[in-house]
Amino acid sequence: MIKFFLMVNKQGQTRLSRYYEHVEIHKRTMLEAEVIKNCLSRSKDQCSFIEYKDFKLVYRQYAALFVVVGINETENEMAVYELIHNFVEVLDKYFSRVVSETLNLLQSIYSLSKL
Amino acid sequence: MRKERMPAPIRLRELIRTIRTARTQAEEREMIQKECAAIRSSFREEDNTYRCRNVAKLLYMHMLGYPAHFGQLECLKLIASQKFTDKRIGYLGAMLLLDERQDVHLLMTNCIKNDLNHSTQYVQGLALCTLGCMGSSEMCRDLAGEVEKLLKTSNSYLRKKAALCAVHVIRKVPELMEMFLPATKNLLNEKNHGVLHTSVVLLTEMCERSPDMLAHFRKLVPQLVRILKNLIMSGYSPEHDVSGISDPFLQVRILRLLRILGRNDDDSSEAMNDILAQVATNTETSKNVGNAILYETVLTIMDIKSESGLRVLAINILGRFLLNNDKNIRYVALTSLLKTVQTDHNAVQRHRSTIVDCLKDLDVSIKRRAMELSFALVNGNNVRGMMKELLYFLDSCEPEFKADCASGIFLAAEKYAPSKRWHIDTIMRVLTTAGSYVRDDAVPNLIQLITNSVEMHAYTVQRLYKAILGDYSQQPLVQVASWCIGEYGDLLVSGQCEEEEPIQVTEDEVLDILESVLISNMSASVTRGYALTAIMKLSTRFTCTVNRIKKVVSIYGSSIDVELQQRAVEYNALFKKYDHMRPALLERMPVMEKATTNGPTEIVQTNGETEPAVLETKPPPTGLQPTSQANDLLDLLGGNDITPVIPTAPTSKPASAGGELLDLLGDLNLTGSPTPAPAPQISQPPFLLDGLSSQPLFNDIAAGIPSITAYSKNGLKIDFTFERSNTNPSVTVITIQASNSTELDMTDFVFQAAVPKTFQLQLLSPSSSVIPAFNSGTITQVIKVLNPQKPSEIGFQDWEKTDLRA
Repeated sequence: MIKFFLMVNKQGQTRLSRYYEHVEIHKRTMLEAEVIKNCLSRSKDQCSFIEYKDFKLVYRQYAALFVVVGINETENEMAVYELIHNFVEVLDKYFSRVVSETLNLLQSIYSLSKL
Repeated sequence: MRKERMPAPIRLRELIRTIRTARTQAEEREMIQKECAAIRSSFREEDNTYRCRNVAKLLYMHMLGYPAHFGQLECLKLIASQKFTDKRIGYLGAMLLLDERQDVHLLMTNCIKNDLNHSTQYVQGLALCTLGCMGSSEMCRDLAGEVEKLLKTSNSYLRKKAALCAVHVIRKVPELMEMFLPATKNLLNEKNHGVLHTSVVLLTEMCERSPDMLAHFRKLVPQLVRILKNLIMSGYSPEHDVSGISDPFLQVRILRLLRILGRNDDDSSEAMNDILAQVATNTETSKNVGNAILYETVLTIMDIKSESGLRVLAINILGRFLLNNDKNIRYVALTSLLKTVQTDHNAVQRHRSTIVDCLKDLDVSIKRRAMELSFALVNGNNVRGMMKELLYFLDSCEPEFKADCASGIFLAAEKYAPSKRWHIDTIMRVLTTAGSYVRDDAVPNLIQLITNSVEMHAYTVQRLYKAILGDYSQQPLVQVASWCIGEYGDLLVSGQCEEEEPIQVTEDEVLDILESVLISNMSASVTRGYALTAIMKLSTRFTCTVNRIKKVVSIYGSSIDVELQQRAVEYNALFKKYDHMRPALLERMPVMEKATTNGPTEIVQTNGETEPAVLETKPPPTGLQPTSQANDLLDLLGGNDITPVIPTAPTSKPASAGGELLDLLGDLNLTGSPTPAPAPQISQPPFLLDGLSSQPLFNDIAAGIPSITAYSKNGLKIDFTFERSNTNPSVTVITIQASNSTELDMTDFVFQAAVPKTFQLQLLSPSSSVIPAFNSGTITQVIKVLNPQKPSEIGFQDWEKTDLRA
């Protein structure tokens, strides 16, 4: 099951976040900070799956933007990896250019809900 | 009075732009607070036109982590509006801001109900989305009927959303599952992939929750197989294509459902065999997508009752994954192999060399997986080779792995060691490379292991000595080494080693190193305890340096560390007053019984307690531990308020026992008073002589001899009651009752009595040998004493152990 879906830039600012489980607001910011710290410290040729606390993080980097998905152990990690790419492609087609600046927030959230 | 009109609220996009220009966190907070205030006043004005814009901005701020609860009611108002744009934002806000914890969410129920029956499918879709996202159980119960109706509609856009909503309803209210059953009949007949996908999710959820449903849906297996086949065989379809594979997400979902259906069921597994083999061989592996599908296939094959050919195919796929350059794939392969190594051990063994190579990978996740898998693969045949690799890994890995790796190596070495020498060598290697990461509970295990390999003592102590000569900062290493040097120091000095070149060590050098351990700042308190006891033990094994030892021991009598001080003081007493007992006490440890180790070590057995018997006329039960071990075990157990024990000698001759006891009695102040004389006070906390009661007993001719409390110390109380035997007036019958007011049971309570030669003593068997804690019971024992002559004295002695496991 997917626990959350984050898009964070390299400076650690959240561009988009969607939680599929209830998490307190202040815990969300802490979680996001820790998650992005984990992902930023990885090098290019390292594995995209990180074990974090009791679930796994699948992350993918697109230029200055990190897309991170938190999943539990029932999910196929590689399928989620593909899903991230699929999502980014959808956004790309819809907005014709995936750049963090012009990311239209609401549309992204909608697309997420429909995925 | 003119109401001042506020300027039109800014758009969301502008807000985002403004916030992004903020350079510091404080600046951002300020901007957001200003905007929040503007939004709040706008809400108060009940402005319909701009409400949607304001809520959108509020949602953005909520996402950044700022509180936005005042927008909840506004969301509800938006949902109730007729405009689609309003509804859209309203529902989105509801999904993000509301959940069942808030009371207002129930107000939405009516709105959603109306919208579920709306004429526009998009509005219906919105309502379904929201319900499927945050519906509480009450809402779900109310609206389940509507959802079910929509599940049967012909509109595929709505059908797929309804299916997902149904999944959520089932999760919240499992009892409603039956309601959706009739609707599922036709779900798989759809052409639309969206509907197919969500239907499969719905079926998966139902099967996972209820075994009845599972049995019911097994008949769908042929249909699922057919769908999967079509997906694979069909040509290029632009709608569903992802990197050359047709709808991989649906394929993965179907495979997962097949896994659930085929588990533990032969027929279904039989039906799936072909298609699984087909997927496994036909899927293109050049792209990640193909590998994702293969991964899911492998998991399915492993989980169902597949035939062995298929399983071998699966493991080969995993082996191929391992050789792939892509890290993700290797990680995934290692994870799956770990799951299957229990069942298909031999097949996985074939890939052992690749797995061992992965230990050298740079990636942390991969290294961890490879390490776990390597430990699972160690067996009798490959233990030497694997250990070499694992030791090398231990050397070079990150600190977070070292503890686990060390424990794993110990376990594997214990199970599969080809020879004792190899075993000890391996342990030494671990201690020297990762000494400080070894878990605390490993130390007693190692000590026991060393004790049990009797022929290796000289070799072991020599190696340990050499190891700590250079560096005594690694605590577990130093602890084991000190213990060994204490025990086998004589072997060390005499240069008896057969296995390797014996080194020349003098007694002074050995004492030097032990003293430096004591002094060093790096030594933990436990380690110091080990060292001090080791020095003490050497007093019987070394010949020329006894004075030096005495000096060291007396210095520590005033140490600040209470533990150390107590030991030193006791050892001092041993030197001064009880020197004749010292050799017996500090004798070589017997071979210990193996405890069942499982994770955190179960402390081997009971430890000696406060009142160990110096002299035992009975053979000692197993489990007499040396002081250091007992003390450290006590420490490990989190301390006890029981004073530490001194090592007890395994056996001693009864003849001398009596003599020594009487000697001791001679020291004591034997008065004629029947009042209990407490155990003679020696300056240090009593240990040895607690067991002795100096209570003289009068065979008084007077009829009633008052009962006395012979002994009351450390929670143990022993009462004597006397009476004359009816049959023979020279016989006095003494009934002793022992009770225990501490928190721990005292086991193996043994009462002994020694009498002068003119007496005859008969000890009847006690009622039990365990005194339960908290005065909840007593042990009774009857003693008959025949004194044909004048009154005299008898000494009594008791001895018991406390079971620390209590």
